[in-house]
Amino acid sequence: MTLSVRIIPCLDVTDGRVVKGVNFTNLVDAGDPVEMASLYNAEGADELTFLDISASVAGRETTLDVVRKTAEQVFIPLTVGGGIRAVEDVDRLLRAGADKVSINTAAIARPELIAEIADRFGSQVLVLSVDARRANTESGFEVTTHGGRQSAGLDALAWVEKACALGVGEILLNSMDADGTRAGYDLGMIKAVRAVSKVPLIASGGAGSQEDFAAALDAGADALLAASIFHFGVHRIGDIKSYLDRSGYPVRKVSRR
Amino acid sequence: MAIAILDYGSGNLRSALRAFERAGKDVVLTSDYSVALEAEGLVVPGVGAFGACMQGLASVKGDALVRERVALARPTIGICVGMQILFAHGVEYGNHEGVGIWPSTVEKLSAPVLPHMGWNTVDVASGSNLFKGVEGESFYFVHSYGVTQKAESTALQSWTDYDTRFLAAIEDGVISATQFHPEKSGDAGLHLIKNWVSTL
Repeated sequence: MTLSVRIIPCLDVTDGRVVKGVNFTNLVDAGDPVEMASLYNAEGADELTFLDISASVAGRETTLDVVRKTAEQVFIPLTVGGGIRAVEDVDRLLRAGADKVSINTAAIARPELIAEIADRFGSQVLVLSVDARRANTESGFEVTTHGGRQSAGLDALAWVEKACALGVGEILLNSMDADGTRAGYDLGMIKAVRAVSKVPLIASGGAGSQEDFAAALDAGADALLAASIFHFGVHRIGDIKSYLDRSGYPVRKVSRR
Repeated sequence: MAIAILDYGSGNLRSALRAFERAGKDVVLTSDYSVALEAEGLVVPGVGAFGACMQGLASVKGDALVRERVALARPTIGICVGMQILFAHGVEYGNHEGVGIWPSTVEKLSAPVLPHMGWNTVDVASGSNLFKGVEGESFYFVHSYGVTQKAESTALQSWTDYDTRFLAAIEDGVISATQFHPEKSGDAGLHLIKNWVSTL
């Protein structure tokens, strides 16, 4: 018995629709997050992540509906991030059917939010999303905001250590340098964060080839998140898992029943 | 009512509700003692830490409820922390008394990375009804504490390894429990839920 590595597709959702072109011809409605979630579930996704990029309150209400419908049809863990500012936001998402929430800028602005959420719901519901890039800081990595365009003025490793002490249950590490390049995960960054944290680590940003996934696991990631390469059909989740299985990594096999 | 899910705090109960409905029974979320007592099957979910969970359970007299259902031979299943609190003691953030169906203590797992989060397989006890047809499948776990000592009990005990060996499921006549989340374990989890519902 071994804990399997997790492959996690991430869907950007706004006003109840999946954004970023999604390239699946076998879907009735490729913009429908519920249908996308069902498809990825059938393909063997080990978890799902929704990133709510809605700019409006109405958009966020719609996201709650999407979470509700997904949780009623797809029986694998669902993480929702985006726009979470307070404990009440977490409560509403969990009640709608999310299993975990991810927080990012709100925790940078007010780190106590981490402890408030962990105290109320337990650390296991809380994922800290860290948008980091290489920079001239103490560790060589800094935290960014605004999609990597601005420095948050925080050393990335110091921030991870602080957040772990405050009670996050998992880290989602996004390399803003590698994001969108399909040139591979930032392995040095994964190793550095792994060395200072004892909670599960999800690597994100830069996945291109099948070998990239294996390399990130070797660097210390417990789970791998990707968006565009799944949405555009560059790789199917099942193919990545077969590759990892053949290469000796523990993966969950989905049997058809 | 066929199945009642005991609602004694916040957290995601929607997935549990729909997953048990998939097994073909009516399901209700309730914190009402008599509704939960009269249900054919009772699901005890669990959120948060052991002590907080016991406190929540006690606020709806859930400890007495579970004992009464066992005495009346009415099926009950605990999930995740809802399994842990059925044991005698828990040591998460202080020493806490559990419902005490089984004598063991729920202890912190020893592993380099915690929580134990993700899909793992189970060394299934022979004669298990819950795992019938899904013996080799993976199930979704999220926890940092568990039962690591075999309970002094005739109950069927199934185990999983994560550096430490811990109890993944226990089946003891009308009362059973899983450390993993069957409602989050895809088709394998739905199958396991159907196996439990078939005993009602």
